Formats: sequence, structure tokens, C-alpha cells
Amino acid sequence: MSVITLNVNGQDVAVPAGASLLEATRAAEANVPTLCHLEGLTPVSSCRLCLVEVEGSTKLLPACSTAAAEGMVVHTHTPRLREYRRMTVELFFAEGNHVCAVCVANTHCELQDMAVTVGMDHSRFPYQYPQRPVDATHPQFTLDHNRCILCTRCVRVCDEIEGAHVWDIGSRGGHCHIVAGLDEPWGQVQACTSCGKCVDVCPTGALFRNSDTTAEKQPNTTLPALLRTAREQRRWHNQ
Amino acid sequence: MTRTVIIDPVTRIEGHAKITLHLNAAGHLTDTRFHVVEYRGFEKFCEGRPFTEMAGITARICGICPVSHLLAAAKTGDKLLAISIPPAADKLRRLLNLAQLTQSHALSFFHLSSPDFLLGWESDPAKRNVFGLMAADPDLARAGIRLRQFGQQILELLGGRKIHSAWAVPGGVRSPLSQEARDWILERLPEARATVTLALELYKKLLDGPLQKEQRVFGDFPSLFMGLVTPHGLWEHIDGGLRFRDSNGAIVADQLSEDDYAAFLGEAVEPWSYLKFPYYKPLGYPDGIYRVGPLARLNVCDSVGTPWADRELAELRQRSGQTATSSFAYHHARLVEIVACLEAIEILVQDPELMHGRIRLRASLNRNEAVGVSEAPRGTLFHHYKVDDDGLLTSVNLIIATGQNNLAMNRTVHQIAQEYIPDPVPAGAEIPEAMLNRVEAGIRCFDPCLSCSTHAAGQMPLRLQLLAADGTVLAERLRG
Repeated sequence: MSVITLNVNGQDVAVPAGASLLEATRAAEANVPTLCHLEGLTPVSSCRLCLVEVEGSTKLLPACSTAAAEGMVVHTHTPRLREYRRMTVELFFAEGNHVCAVCVANTHCELQDMAVTVGMDHSRFPYQYPQRPVDATHPQFTLDHNRCILCTRCVRVCDEIEGAHVWDIGSRGGHCHIVAGLDEPWGQVQACTSCGKCVDVCPTGALFRNSDTTAEKQPNTTLPALLRTAREQRRWHNQ
Repeated sequence: MTRTVIIDPVTRIEGHAKITLHLNAAGHLTDTRFHVVEYRGFEKFCEGRPFTEMAGITARICGICPVSHLLAAAKTGDKLLAISIPPAADKLRRLLNLAQLTQSHALSFFHLSSPDFLLGWESDPAKRNVFGLMAADPDLARAGIRLRQFGQQILELLGGRKIHSAWAVPGGVRSPLSQEARDWILERLPEARATVTLALELYKKLLDGPLQKEQRVFGDFPSLFMGLVTPHGLWEHIDGGLRFRDSNGAIVADQLSEDDYAAFLGEAVEPWSYLKFPYYKPLGYPDGIYRVGPLARLNVCDSVGTPWADRELAELRQRSGQTATSSFAYHHARLVEIVACLEAIEILVQDPELMHGRIRLRASLNRNEAVGVSEAPRGTLFHHYKVDDDGLLTSVNLIIATGQNNLAMNRTVHQIAQEYIPDPVPAGAEIPEAMLNRVEAGIRCFDPCLSCSTHAAGQMPLRLQLLAADGTVLAERLRG
């Protein structure tokens, strides 16, 4: 296996060819924050929290979907990046209706944790208080659009791991939202196998089990990587 | 020229309110009004949410008695699921409510009201509070604070936190009581009992001495009383049926179901207050005035059912009448209810069923409408939800204890103002602070929680205004 050497925050690291910048920063223990990224799923760079500075590039690059290259010089925690990351999290909070106190995901929410990580104590942007519906048509699960940050983990896990492709993104711009099937009530989508993987990987309280009440949601975000690895290694006898 | 005295904000209550005293041109008192001036709109913004969230959301209405909303919401949720919760869950919920009643009554008596009794109505307002009490009688203040802490600690032992726990859920409760927690409660019970004994002794002496007049003029009028009773007519705080008793002691209605509340309770609205005016429908508005809360619960029940509380109830009835009509007796009733709670807690924590068996049932939505009830420290609390077939709320109605006492609070303020405000008020005269304090204290008898009653925002200050006939503010006192 060929190896690439690059510099992250002044530290030289070696990663296998084909590795992402995010893997390189992790090799350097740089602790770049992520929200949409999940091991086992294809990266989409939608949350923009993993943006890093690469010398020679005028743009900030998303570490999760940028390939590491030989000789790159990467900076992960410059004042500009810290400020952008905090702004990004503030915008998540301002854009939706995130009420931690009564949320099913309270204390188990990646968005909440991220706010702490980036030092957000309030949002400098005005809250939009959008009018968004709750889809409770599924017999086991509920989708609360108010808490959705459009990370698309549910879209990807359903497509790439479960193979049912129930979820997609509908509309454009600020009206973007997760849709089930052909923009139908979730409970009417025949493709849904009710496996619950979308609920397990959701970073917030947007997807939850109907019986979950305040702070009761228990996510399982390691599932996609475990399943993908198991399949690749053919751990099941019938494969 | 007519005048209006305005007390705004009203202090040492939970919420934000003002009192206006209206004088005519000759300086005679013509009207008094207790205004609740905060608004929150919980009933509206809960629409569209899953009913399973209501316990967590409505508990946030109030930091003093979140448990009451938690229990009412969980009970309403049980009925939407159409299930009966397991015995252990039922007993754990009862323990939670008893602890809540204890801590809230301790707060009302020791922190909010006792400074008036113990330091004097005319004492320096800057020191007429719990800090003044600490300076004047540190042992009593400490005992009162520790009694409240006893109740609060039980809430934390059960729900994981003292306020805004979401421990009671549709179907039961989330976690059991640990053996260590049970032992702690038993260990602390004697101290709690000693504190109530001390408070009762002290308070009865005051009733025999300096507080005699207050018993007569602090809202002593005939009205109905409403509260939960067991099927056998005993004191109850979470289950059972609703009973109405009139001032003569006659049972007007008994074992009413909360499901039918709309048939016997009406809600009137006045333009000068965000707080609605519930009334007993068969008697109309405002003749259907009724009171809820500790005094009402003790008035409607035949007895408490535990020995010490029954002895204290007998003495309360001996002092204030078989059906006590003075609103000042709420203070005494609160102490008697703490006794009842401590006895009930002692029995419950030794009940083997409390610690064993299932504590939570899981079920799907089976009904589209339900009404839940619980006895909050301040009185009967109703939650009424309508949901669609997916369990999303389409309608929410919360009827809060303080709202139900609204008519009575207004009448109490009027009676006190008539007694203590000079008649006529000389033109340009200042109203002495001690007089206004008594008017405020009339409200404090009910220990109102305005955050709950309007499901509203804001802190708890009080404003009192003296208004002329044309609405001009002639005198104003602001505290907060």
C-alpha cells in the first residue's frame, strides 16, 4: 500500500493513499469537528464544520470529502476556522426550532455537543422560528422537521446500508427538507422496512422512536461502519 | 375626582401581577381588581406536537410545581394509550406528588408568608422576607428551608433532578426508587415531622394572638370548594373523583369525573386580566365562585385518613369552622397538608409494592381525546388533550389551580381593602405601606402561581396602583 505524507498543524503525518483529509487530521489528532460525516457512509460535506485551510488553496476545503495529497500543508484550528465553525452552529440553531429542554435527544444530541465544542453560548443570528410539520404517520417512528439539520445521514444510511432508499431531499434553498418516498407521509411509504437505522444515526432529535420522551433517545451511530465492515469482510456464512 | 390605588408588582408570589384599588370622587372604595399581566400561550404552541412530549413541555410551565404538570400530562397520556399503569408506578407517582406538596407548602409558609406573621405587617419591607426571618429566628428559618429541601430531595431521588424532571411518562415512570433513596427518606422523616410540629405550634399561637383579625377579614366569604376525594370521601391528591362542597358543609356534587369537567366548569374572561375566571356552571358566573387548593381539599374531604393529620384537621375545623370559609385558613391548611403528606410518605416508602414489579407500560395511541387531573399544591389541575390519529395534538386546554381561585382572590382583595384602606381616602393622601402589604397578603393566602395560571412568562413582582375615576394613577407602589 502506498503512503502519502502531509503536514497537519505543523506535524508530519503519513496516511494510506486515497485517505481523506479528515483521516489525515485524525491521524494528527487534530480533532476536526463533524456533524454530517459518519463512518461507513459516503461523505457529502453538507454541514461545513470540517472545513480546513490548505496552503496554496484560496478556498476552505471540507476535510471529509477532500483527498489527502502528498506534501499538503493543512491548518485545522485557525482563528478564521474557529469563527466560521461557531457561526455555522449558530446558523443551525437559528434556522430550525431546537428546544433542547424538551427534546427527545437532550444530552444525546450531536448538535448540542457541537455547540459546546465550538463555544456557542448564544446565536448572534436572529431565530427564524420556521413553521415546520411533524410526520408521525409511521407506527414506530416520528420525523420532526423542526429539529432536522439536513445532514442527510438518514438518506445515506437508508440507501447505502439498508438499500431501501426511502429518504431524499425535497425543495430548494431554505425550503429544503427531508422527504419520504415521493414526498409522502412516512407511514405510507411501502419501501420502508422499519429497520430504524435512520433513527439510530440521526445526530439530533429529528428522528426518534414514538415511545421516546424528553431526553430518552439513545442513538447508535456506530451501526453503519459495523455493517459495512461486516459485509466487506463477508462475516456472514451465506455471503 | 376618583382615584385608583395600584399595587404592581405583587411580591412574594409566583408570577407577575398587579392590584388596582378604584376610588370614586368622594374617596370611597368602589372596586378592586387582581390583574394577571403575563401571557405565554402554552396551549397554542403545543398544538402539532406529539402528545408524548407534553409531560416534558408542560413541566416547564413552572419551576415551583413542575411535578403537577408532569403528573397531569402523564395521566392524560395514560388515558390516550388507554392503559392502567402498574401498581408500583402508581405508588411512585403518588410519592412524587406528596414530596411536591411538601416542598411547595414549605416554600409558601416559611419563605413567602411567615415573614408577615413573624416579623409583623408593619416591619421594614426590606427585611420582611426569608432573609429577615433568618436574622430574626435562624433556627426556624433553617428548619423551614430544610423541610423544603426534604421534599425537593425526594423529587431528585425519583426524577433525577429537583425541577423539570420528565420522569413520569405516559405508561408509568422511567426509573424505580433505589433502596438507598428509600432509606434516606426514612432517615429524614423525623426531622421533617419535628419541623411541622414546631410550625403548627407557632402558628396556632399566632392565630390565638396577633392574627385573630386577619382570620376574619382575609377573604372570609361563602363559596364552593372543589377537590379530589377517594371513593370513600377521604383526602386525595392524584386519583379519585371531584367533590364540590358549599360553605354550609353540604356536598353539592360528588365523585365527578375529570372527563366531564366541561359540563360542570365554565371559564369566563375579563378584559383586564390574562387569567381566566373559572366557575361552577350550574350556578353561573360569577355566582359559581369556588375555591381549590389545600383549604378546599381539607374542606371537601370527610377526613384525611391518617391519625396525626386527622387530629390537626379536627383542630382546624374547630378553629375555622367545619367548612372553613376564611381564605386566611389556607396557611393553616398548608401545614395540615404537610402533616398528611409526611404520614402518607412514611406509609408509602414502607410499602413493598413501591419497590417491585413493572414501572412502565408501552402502548400505542388508542384514543383521540383525554382529560387528566392531579392536585397541585395550589389546587386541582386539569390537562385536556385532543390528538389526531398519529398522536399529534390538535387542541390543548389547561385549567390551572390559581385560575380557579381567581374569583376568590379578587373577592379577598376587595374585603381586605375595605377593612384596611381608609374610607374615604383623603384627597392626595398616601396609602401606608403596611396597608398595601395586607392587600398583597390576601393574594398570598392562595399561594398563587401566575406562571402556571396564565402558562405565562415573567418574574413574580407585584404592583399596586391607586386610580382616579378617569384612570389617572394617583399612587403607586412597585416591588420586585
